Amino acid sequence: MRWHGPCLASVQVQDLEAVADALAVMTLLPQSVLRRSRWLLLLFAVVAVAARAAQTPTDSDWPMPARDYASTRYAPLPEITRANVGSLKLAFTFSTGVLRGHEAAPIVAAGLMYIVTPYPNIVYALDLARPGAPLKWKFEPKPESFAQGVALFDVVNRGVVYADGKVFFNTLDNQTIALAADSGKELWRYRAGNVRAGETRTMAPLVVKGRVLVGNSGGEFGVRGWLTALDATSGKELWRAYSTGSDKDVLIGDPYQPFYAKEKGVDLGVSTWPRDAWKIGGRSVSGWISYDPELDLIYHGTGNPAPWNAEQRPGDNKFTAGLFARYSTTGHARWFYQLSPHDEFDYDGANESLLIDLALPSGPRKVLVHPDRNGYVYVIDRVTGEVISATPFVHITTSTGVDRETGALHYAREKRQRTGTVVRDICPGAAGAKNWQPSAYSPRTRLVYIPHQNLCQDAEAVQTSYISGTPYIGAIVKMKPEPGVTRCRLTAWDPLAARAAWTIEEDLPVWSGALVTAGDLVFYGTMDGWFKALDATNGHLLWQFKTGSGIVGQPIAYRGPDGKAYIAVLSGVGGWAGAVVASDLDTRDGSAALGFANVMGDLKQRTAKGGMLYVFALP
Amino acid sequence: MCSHYLDCAAVACALLMLAACEREKRDFNPPPAGASVGASADVAKMLDHYERNASALAAGKRLWTWYNCNGCHANGGGGSGPPLMDDVWIYGGDAMTIYRTISEGRPNGMPAFRGRVPEDQLWQLTAYVRSLSGLAPMDAVTNRDDAFLTRPPEAMLDQPDPERARPSAGSGQR
Repeated sequence: MRWHGPCLASVQVQDLEAVADALAVMTLLPQSVLRRSRWLLLLFAVVAVAARAAQTPTDSDWPMPARDYASTRYAPLPEITRANVGSLKLAFTFSTGVLRGHEAAPIVAAGLMYIVTPYPNIVYALDLARPGAPLKWKFEPKPESFAQGVALFDVVNRGVVYADGKVFFNTLDNQTIALAADSGKELWRYRAGNVRAGETRTMAPLVVKGRVLVGNSGGEFGVRGWLTALDATSGKELWRAYSTGSDKDVLIGDPYQPFYAKEKGVDLGVSTWPRDAWKIGGRSVSGWISYDPELDLIYHGTGNPAPWNAEQRPGDNKFTAGLFARYSTTGHARWFYQLSPHDEFDYDGANESLLIDLALPSGPRKVLVHPDRNGYVYVIDRVTGEVISATPFVHITTSTGVDRETGALHYAREKRQRTGTVVRDICPGAAGAKNWQPSAYSPRTRLVYIPHQNLCQDAEAVQTSYISGTPYIGAIVKMKPEPGVTRCRLTAWDPLAARAAWTIEEDLPVWSGALVTAGDLVFYGTMDGWFKALDATNGHLLWQFKTGSGIVGQPIAYRGPDGKAYIAVLSGVGGWAGAVVASDLDTRDGSAALGFANVMGDLKQRTAKGGMLYVFALP
Repeated sequence: MCSHYLDCAAVACALLMLAACEREKRDFNPPPAGASVGASADVAKMLDHYERNASALAAGKRLWTWYNCNGCHANGGGGSGPPLMDDVWIYGGDAMTIYRTISEGRPNGMPAFRGRVPEDQLWQLTAYVRSLSGLAPMDAVTNRDDAFLTRPPEAMLDQPDPERARPSAGSGQR
């Protein structure tokens, strides 16, 4: 994450003159004297650059999809403001040549921009120092084509990550690959997982202290979930933590001190399942990971249990649909909190957790904010795992609240599944109150910007059998909009007051991530292709641009080698919500795309496929 | 006169019943000769035995859920697998090609079911897949759903152009 060589190389004559001017002011020496002593100036410039390199990350770069370990997606670039955003113009574009859902964040480091496409997971590096940001190198990992058919929620990829001169990314066919960031030369490949059993890899890795953290996808195929740490230099596996099984497999040992009694016990990853069901019980680690360097703890969610028909797996089904805090060095769990025990509605817990220091009335607390698929925004003490608040941010019919004493989620009896019975008005539906689309947090407004959907569903649980390599679901789902509201909102959430500061209604689900800047602007994209900038304080629309396809990616901001601030986003509709277009589904069948097609029938008339990078700047 | 009318009615009934025989025929000793894959397979015989037979189509519909076909293809609308109720065929929509797709699998994620599913069930599934896009006879398709209805019944789906489902060279892979 440090700024290396290119920074030194960019110390040019103008820079030296600027340094001379600065020194002249500071030392009151005549400029002409200083301008002559070039050696002295160069030395001063090197010192200045070295001081700048010590910051991690630099304000110029966007080295990982969430930008920082706290997963804030906050860009400290003040130039683009509420006053001038109206004149934001397209700076350059780049076609990815791929037609599926582009969910990745463009990554910027050391003067290059890196983008990874959906399957076939091509990585492009663009040279930001040259006009039009031409292609510097391209890497094609050539993943196995079979993987496409077992990626239930489109063949997406959430992005590469840059660290220490290397670029790391996952491929759909269960590989993690390290490349030399400047040349695209392959350094190592790590393979684990079998596409024939329905296992895939779509998440963006996180690099912590020379360890590359990666997890698998495929919970709907009954794949056993895991998170593993790889040595960034060699690709060697250092530790692996499963989400079910014995305490030894889950890496639960002496350091494990959960806050609630319900998370305590021996081998809960086995005993909270019917015999052997934990082996095919899903709960992949397919989402976002955050990291607190002070506590040396990583935070990650676990996926939903398989099958969706919950009557086939009585018990709490640990450690599914919950949050883990683990030590980054050994992988050992510090605490676990199950958000949705014995989940019945695909309330996967794998989406983002934002690490924030909150000034509560009782004193400052280190917390994580996790807007969950089950409809609550959780504010959790990230040291202990105690739930400080759990507040609904959408209409919820499946539960009535979270017990602060026991941490238990109280389910609504009338929405419980029974095999062969249609249960109507399940809110939130299987896609959750929110899904993978990551939120942003601004330390200036102290608001969390949550892109999410307002979708309910009607569903019937049906008996299903585990057949390796086929989906293990057992539910017929038809999603529908929440009565009386649009299909989506962007909610600005005040985690301190535990309420929404403001909300913006959107017709289509906002399946893109959010970005917030020091200019107090929130950026996000819509599935019909509008890229929008809102006033971060009140949600007023200040600027919008229509891209070629629907946006389901993650907007970012960076400072180019020319010193200007840029905003970048990938356009290219797809993902679970956009599969009706990306995979040409037939929306006469409401259960297509696991029930999402029932609410996305109009998307085919509103956008078309096509992956393209868009980068904007002030004129 | 009266008896003459009765005779006519009896003959008409008998004819109707004969016409409906194919529809209601249930064979408990499948599969017939020629059901195996290869050049020797008699596709016309297969169509008679499965695709024009309500019992086989109903069995195919039940197996569709049993073998988790719906996990990827939904009830024909598709998901991670392509939709099967439209008029687009990646590998070809004729019975023999669909049978091969199910039994041998395809490189973009379709698993092979040969050896996991009995031969006659493969043909029942083939017949049901064709019925999803209106390629099975309307008087034989099953219009009952045992579970939550997610799309119009088979007989109420738009009829495709039969030319579109002729054997193809297997081009147009996604």
